[in-house]
Amino acid sequence: MSTHQPPMPQAPGAPDRQAAPGGSYPGYTSPIPVVRTHLGHALASEWTKIRSVRSTIWTLSVFVFLVVGIGLLVGALVSAHASESSLSGTNPLSFGFFGVLVGTMCVITLGVLTTASEYGTGMIRTTMTACPSRGRVLAAKAIVFFAVAFVVSLVSVGFVAMVQSSMLSGSGVESPSGADWFKATVGVSLYIALLGLLALLVGSMIRHSAGGITIMIGLVLAPLVLALFMATESLHSVRDFLFEYSFPSQLSVFYDNTLSGSGPQGWDPLWIMLGLTAAAGVGAYALLRNRDV
Amino acid sequence: MIEAVGLTKRYGDKTAVYNLSFQVRPGSVTGFLGPNGSGKSTTMRMILGLDNPTSGQVTIGGHPYRRLPNAPRQVGALLDAKAVHGGRSARNHLLSLAQLSGIPARRVDEVLGVVGLQDVAKKRSKGFSLGMGQRLGIAAALLGDPQVLLFDEPVNGLDPEGILWVRNLMKALAAEGRTVFVSSHLMSEMALTADHLIVIGRGQLLADMSVTDFISANSADFARVRTPDTEPQLREKLGAALTGAGGHVLPEQDGALRVTGLPLPRISDLAHEAGVRLWELSPHQASLEEAYMRMTQGAVDYRSTSDQKAGLQQPLPPGAEPPVPVPGQGQPGWYAPPPPQQGGQPFAMPAGGPGAPAGPYGGAPAGAYGAPGAPAGPGAPAVNPYAQPAPQAPAAPPAPATAPAATPDASSPAADTNQPEDAR
Repeated sequence: MSTHQPPMPQAPGAPDRQAAPGGSYPGYTSPIPVVRTHLGHALASEWTKIRSVRSTIWTLSVFVFLVVGIGLLVGALVSAHASESSLSGTNPLSFGFFGVLVGTMCVITLGVLTTASEYGTGMIRTTMTACPSRGRVLAAKAIVFFAVAFVVSLVSVGFVAMVQSSMLSGSGVESPSGADWFKATVGVSLYIALLGLLALLVGSMIRHSAGGITIMIGLVLAPLVLALFMATESLHSVRDFLFEYSFPSQLSVFYDNTLSGSGPQGWDPLWIMLGLTAAAGVGAYALLRNRDV
Repeated sequence: MIEAVGLTKRYGDKTAVYNLSFQVRPGSVTGFLGPNGSGKSTTMRMILGLDNPTSGQVTIGGHPYRRLPNAPRQVGALLDAKAVHGGRSARNHLLSLAQLSGIPARRVDEVLGVVGLQDVAKKRSKGFSLGMGQRLGIAAALLGDPQVLLFDEPVNGLDPEGILWVRNLMKALAAEGRTVFVSSHLMSEMALTADHLIVIGRGQLLADMSVTDFISANSADFARVRTPDTEPQLREKLGAALTGAGGHVLPEQDGALRVTGLPLPRISDLAHEAGVRLWELSPHQASLEEAYMRMTQGAVDYRSTSDQKAGLQQPLPPGAEPPVPVPGQGQPGWYAPPPPQQGGQPFAMPAGGPGAPAGPYGGAPAGAYGAPGAPAGPGAPAVNPYAQPAPQAPAAPPAPATAPAATPDASSPAADTNQPEDAR
């Protein structure tokens, strides 16, 4: 650093410095074969990424623990305390709702982390350097995450549904039809995975883990909590709308136990969620394409 | 080949890079220099398509990065060592990148071996030291065996062995015909590694030339003259004679004189005429660091604003002289920060005693950061905030202020003789 120090080793070590600028473009050819990359490569990469961090393992373990644990607990409580008459006409699958509702928090967290943590760590710059096609990266993340979330949900929700229905089968509940089963397992899992995907896209737009998780949890819970306190008659219609279209009550539609009789029915929540996620996807892609990383 | 044409980047009303045009050619190591905040990293990010230029464009092999076919196989980059998810192991990190780029997985183990991380490949990168992080980043850059390589501060945090390794690696990569573009703050490192230099300051191009051209164009060559330490008056006499003959004389802190503008034989003649014996008369060729300091400081002077010196130098008070070297001020140099050993002790005001609040830059002399008028007692505090505590301290205990003016023992540099007098 000092200027008065003994002369530094001068040596601009450039034997060929004059030759270099003149050369045309000799270039260098790598012996490693060049492959034209496509979405499949990005999917493999994202799969490696999602399975190789502990947050994935932890959030999904907690999700399974909550869904299965709460599901079995509710099933045991109901079968222990219920009389024949009180359960008549009840869909036994509907008791899976509680565990799933709590478990969505984990899926939301994982969804946000999948994208936002890359921004938090700076990994996104490495990723985008390795794959300048930003849309491909986002698509790969979305597909891999959706598949993981769907499979894990389906397994745990399906397991809980089977156990609960067998626990309660002797206590006068109606036996659910095939369509009921399909809705309460595949339908619910699709809904949860889509909710997680929405969180992933929000994470990509917000680019901040804590911010993204907060927004998503607020989005899920706030409408319902707000509606609970809207006692005034003049806010009646607003309250009903919030009740019917809040995420938890839409989720409960899959179990046929809504807060009110009106509002979305059957598979409606899934289409609503699909539309929301698609809109978020367009927004996330547009932002990702144009923003500086 | 990297080619930038009129590259400009604005963040709001702040212009990070302005109208930058340069070419980085294959077959040589091109150094990318500039002070902190001069736009080096922004330029690197624009080359990689991470940031979009406000105007102008930069291409690699004729294509903008985001439209480059097989980009990861043509370009490898180390942008910052910690651009890694800390929870992922080194191997999985590289594996995900390899898969993304369509590179066979066995290549991952190869590059891990190249950078010497094979033993910690399964460890999470969160626990890596800065040097290990750099190695991981370099591994990622080498993964695609690309023909264009960008490294942003690659030797940060590396041990001497690692620095040597990086230096040789850069040269070897360039020798294979690849384009190697390296930014660094370490001038001595650049002098050893780079063949060609691109220097920017405040986002604008200052120089684009070979290292030797750069040094001679920004020449800071001088002659070092040393008179007998035992007779300070000879030094003054010679200084006056040389200045009279049109030379430029600047005292160094160890008592030597730095002379520019006069050839060595002429200095000798002048000394002889003045009857001054010389203990040393040596040519000193400027280092890259000195040439760089001159150049960037000059560039900053072109654009005087209230925050000039870009964090390198204290703003001058109104009316203060620009830092023109003035003989007899004990200034170490006019284009480099003071060496660390100057801090405090020999030059600090003696008054403060052991509890001296004198800052890291000691008392009034203030080194290169202060204006040359510094030693003029009252002028000093205004010039250098670091020096402020010092003049106040003697005010409180006036008695010791004079006593420890146990002034220059023989070994003390001659330049210092007047310092204690200034103190009180």
